[in-house]
Amino acid sequence: MKFRSFSVLSGIAVLTLLATACGGGGDDSASSEQSTDGAMVIWADPNRTDVLIPYAERFGEAHGITVKVESIPNEDLQDNFVTAHQAGSPPDLVVGAHDWTGNLVRNGAIDPVQLPQEVADGFEQVALDAVTFEGQLYGVPYAMENLVLFRNTDLVPEAPDTIEELIKEGKKLKESGKVEEIMSLQVGSEGDAYHIYPLYTSAGGYLFGKDDEGNLDPSDMGVGSESSIKAFEKIAELGEKGEGALKRSIDSQNAGPLFNEAKTAFLISGPWAIADMKEAGIPYEISPVPGFANGDEARPFIGVQAFFVASGGANKVFAQEFATNFVTETELAVALYEADPRPPALTAALEKVSADDPDLLKIVEAGANGDPLPAIPEMAAIWGPFGQAEAAVIAGEDVAEAVKAAGEAISEQIGG
Amino acid sequence: MARNTVTGARSGAPAPTSHVRGEPTTSLLGLVVKIGALGLAAALAVWAAFPLIEAANWVGVGIVAAVTALIFYVYLSPRHVPLKYLLPGTLLLIAFQILPVLYTVSTSVTNFGDGHRGDKEQAIAAIEAYSVVRTPDSPQYTLTVAADGAPDTGDLVFLLTAADGTVYAGDADGLTPLDPDDLTREASGKIVDAEGYTVLTTAQINERSDEIADFAVPTGDGTGIRSSGLSMAYEGQATRTYQEDCDCIVDSVTGVTYTADNVNGSFVSDDGQRLLQGWRVNVGFDNFLRFVTDPATGASFLSILAWNIGFAAGTTLLVFVVGLGLALLMHTRTPLRGRTLYRILLVLPYAMPSFAMLLLWRDMFNTDFGLINRVLGLDVNWLGNAWTARGSILLVNTWLGFPYMFLVATGALQSIPRELEQAARIDGAGAWQAFRHVTLPLLMIAMTPILVSTFAFNFNNFNAIWLTTAGGPFSPDNPLAGATDLLITYTFRLAFGGQGAQYGFASAVSVLIFLIVALLSLISLRQSRSLEEVNR
Repeated sequence: MKFRSFSVLSGIAVLTLLATACGGGGDDSASSEQSTDGAMVIWADPNRTDVLIPYAERFGEAHGITVKVESIPNEDLQDNFVTAHQAGSPPDLVVGAHDWTGNLVRNGAIDPVQLPQEVADGFEQVALDAVTFEGQLYGVPYAMENLVLFRNTDLVPEAPDTIEELIKEGKKLKESGKVEEIMSLQVGSEGDAYHIYPLYTSAGGYLFGKDDEGNLDPSDMGVGSESSIKAFEKIAELGEKGEGALKRSIDSQNAGPLFNEAKTAFLISGPWAIADMKEAGIPYEISPVPGFANGDEARPFIGVQAFFVASGGANKVFAQEFATNFVTETELAVALYEADPRPPALTAALEKVSADDPDLLKIVEAGANGDPLPAIPEMAAIWGPFGQAEAAVIAGEDVAEAVKAAGEAISEQIGG
Repeated sequence: MARNTVTGARSGAPAPTSHVRGEPTTSLLGLVVKIGALGLAAALAVWAAFPLIEAANWVGVGIVAAVTALIFYVYLSPRHVPLKYLLPGTLLLIAFQILPVLYTVSTSVTNFGDGHRGDKEQAIAAIEAYSVVRTPDSPQYTLTVAADGAPDTGDLVFLLTAADGTVYAGDADGLTPLDPDDLTREASGKIVDAEGYTVLTTAQINERSDEIADFAVPTGDGTGIRSSGLSMAYEGQATRTYQEDCDCIVDSVTGVTYTADNVNGSFVSDDGQRLLQGWRVNVGFDNFLRFVTDPATGASFLSILAWNIGFAAGTTLLVFVVGLGLALLMHTRTPLRGRTLYRILLVLPYAMPSFAMLLLWRDMFNTDFGLINRVLGLDVNWLGNAWTARGSILLVNTWLGFPYMFLVATGALQSIPRELEQAARIDGAGAWQAFRHVTLPLLMIAMTPILVSTFAFNFNNFNAIWLTTAGGPFSPDNPLAGATDLLITYTFRLAFGGQGAQYGFASAVSVLIFLIVALLSLISLRQSRSLEEVNR
C-alpha cells in the first residue's frame, strides 16, 4: 500500500515537473501571464529568417522595442504556431502560406489586418484574394508562386499551345532518342493533386463551387461529379495505358532531375525549380501550362506567402504596425525576393525586380488565370483521396469507380 | 536475470554475489556524488517552483515540495534501501510511460482538435473579433494613442486626425472634437502632443498592447473606431455578437442566429450552418463509437489488422532468423579471420538513419528509374501491386532490423557455455539436435523479451510504411485504406488528413491499438514464461 501511494504521488509530481518544464501545457497556461520581456517575436522558415533580421531590427529601433526572428522548419511551422497559440505563448507574427488561413482562423490563432485602400491597391489582386477568407483580410502577402511549363529550348524552340501539341512534340523527341520521357509532371504512387490541377481544370473539373459572395462553398464539392469523371477520363488518356506521358514512376524526387539531365524536354513545375535548372545549365523558357485542345484554360493553383498577425501575441499593436506599415514597403519585398526568387506580391516590387529577372513576369503571366489554393479547412480532405484517384486513373484503372470513390471519401471526411 | 540463474545453476558456477547492499556508503567520492545529485534535485525543484508560484498553482507547488522531500528522505535516511534503487526508475517510468498513456486516454474522450482547441470564451472572442468589418465608406484616421491621466493607469484615449484635418479625442464614451490650437501636429497630421492628455511612448503602448488592440471608440449603432497598428485607425463594426440570454451568436448583417451546441462544442444555425470556431468539450465514447461504427473502417479493419499482425510477426520472424543465422555463422570455435570486419559490415544498416534509408529504398523500387528494376532488367511496379509492395516492405524492414537481432543474438550466444553443446554432442546428438534442444532453448530465454518488443515496436512502425508506400497501393474503390496500411498509418490518415488534426479521435484509436498490442504482448510473454518453466 505504501509503495502504491508513493508511486501515485511521485507520478503527480513528475507530471507537474514536466508541465512546467514544457512552459505550462494544459490548464496552467490559461491562468499564467504571458512573459512580457517586451521583445516582439517573428516566426519564419529558415529561408527567410536571415533576410528578415535586418528589417526586424530596423523596425525595432524605430519603435524602441526588441524584435527577434526565430527560425522554424517550414513543415513544422503551422503546427507549432497553432500549438503555441493554444498554450498561450505564440509569436507576434508568423510568415507562412496563405492556404493555412482557414485552419488558423478556425483555431482563432490569427487576427484580421486592416489595410487602408490605397495600400491594398498596391498589391496584385490575386495575392490579396488569396489571404481573404470569408470576406476578411487575414494576412499581408509578399510573394506568389504557381506552376508553369518549362521547356528545353535546345529541343523545343516554340512553346506548345495545347497539351496535345506538347505530347506530339515529346513523342517525336522520344522516338528519335533525344529524350527518354515525353514530359515530366510529378505524380508518384499516391498522386499529386497540386500538380495535376491545371490539367484537371482544363478538362472541365472543379474542386469547390462558389457561393453568391464569391466564397468557396464546401457543400458544393466537385470531385465525383460527372464533370470530374469526364476530366479524369481525359487525364487517363495521357496516362500509362494511353499516351504514356503521365506516369506514377515520376515523382517529386526525380521530376526535376529528369529535366535537368535533359532526359525530357518538358517540365511542369514552379519557380522553386529554376535554381537547379540554372545550375545544370539547361536552356529553358517559361510558358503557361497548356490545356487540352478543345478544353478550358488550364488554371494552376496560386500559392501566396504572407505575414500573419497572431491573435495571442504579447505585442499585438506592434505586430499590426509591422504588418500594415512595414511589410507593405517595396524594399522588404525586394529583399525577400532576393533570398527566395518568387514573384513579389507588391506590384511596385514586382516591376522593380522583373527588370532584371525576365522569368518573373512570365511566371505571373502563366498564373494570370490561376485559382488561389483553397484556404478553407475542407481542402485538407481533398489532397489524399484526389491524389489516389489521380494515381489510379493514370495507372489505367476504371475512371468512374476511382473518382466516385474519392468523391465519397472526401464528402464523408468533410461531413463527419 | 533468468538467464543468469539458469545457466549459473547448469554450469555449476557460483551464483554472482549480489551488490553490497545496506551498508552505508562512506567513501568520499560516494558522498560527493550523493550531495551533487541531491543538490541537482533541489535545483530542479526550485526551477519548477517559480513558474508554478507565478501562476498561483499551489497544488503544483505542494506536489513539487512533497516529491523533493521524498527524494531527500529516501536518500538521506539509512533505511528504505530497495526504494533507493527503485525511485529513479519509477519516476522515469511514470513520466515517460504512464503519463502519456493517461493523457492519451483523457484526450480520447474529448473532441480536441483543429477548431476545438480552446474553451468557449476563446471561441466567442475569436468569432466576435473576426466579424469586425470596416463600415461602408469607413473614414481613415491618423492615430495617436494617449491616456487621460497617468500613462499606465489612465483611461485610453485615441487622438484622431481625419483625412480632412479635423481632430478628435475618442474615449470609451465616444468622440469629442478637439480644438486644433490645443495640440501639436506633425506634417503628416499625426498628433504629437495634446493639452489635457498624456501621449503614450512606444514602451507604454507595449505595456498596454492587449488593451489597445481590444479598444474601440463607440461611434454609433455597434460601430467603433479601432486601431490598426500604431498610427492608423478605422471605423469598424462587429457584425457577430454573443448574447448571453439565448447562449447564441447573432449576426446583425444576415440576421442569422447561431445557437450554442454545448454537446459538440460549436455554434450552429437553424439550417445547420456551423461556425468554424468551436471549443473543446467532453464527448464521452463518441470517438470510439465513430471508429467502430464507421462503415469504411468496418469494411477494411479486419484486412488492415491481419496485414498489421502479419507485418509485425513477419518482420520479427525474418529479423530473428537472419540475425540469429548470421550470429551463428560468426560464432565459430576458432576465431574467424576478419570477424570484426564482418561484424562491422553487418551492423552498418543499423548504424544508418532509418529515415534516410527508407526513402532511399523507396526510390530503388521505382518502376522506371529504380535501381532494382534497372539491375535486374525487370519492369515490375514493386510498390504499385499489393503483394509485391508487402514483400518489398518486409524486405526493407528486415534489412533495417536484422543487425540489432544479430547483435543481441551474438551476445546471448557468447553467454551460453560451449560445454553444454559439447556434452550433447558427446551424448550422440547431431549438430542440429544439439542446437535445437540445447542452444536454442537457452537462447530463447534471453531472446523472447526482445522478440516481443520487436513485435510491439513493428506493430506501430509508422515510418517503415509512411516513408515507403504511405500505406499504398490503394484499390481504386477505396482511397482511405491501402494494401500496406498499418492501423497506425490508417488512423493517421483518418485523424490528420480530412479535417486538420483531430487529436481526440486519434487518441481514441491509439487507445484501441494500445489494447491490441498489450493483449498480444501479454499472450507472447505468457508463452515465454511457460518456456522458462520447461527449462527450470
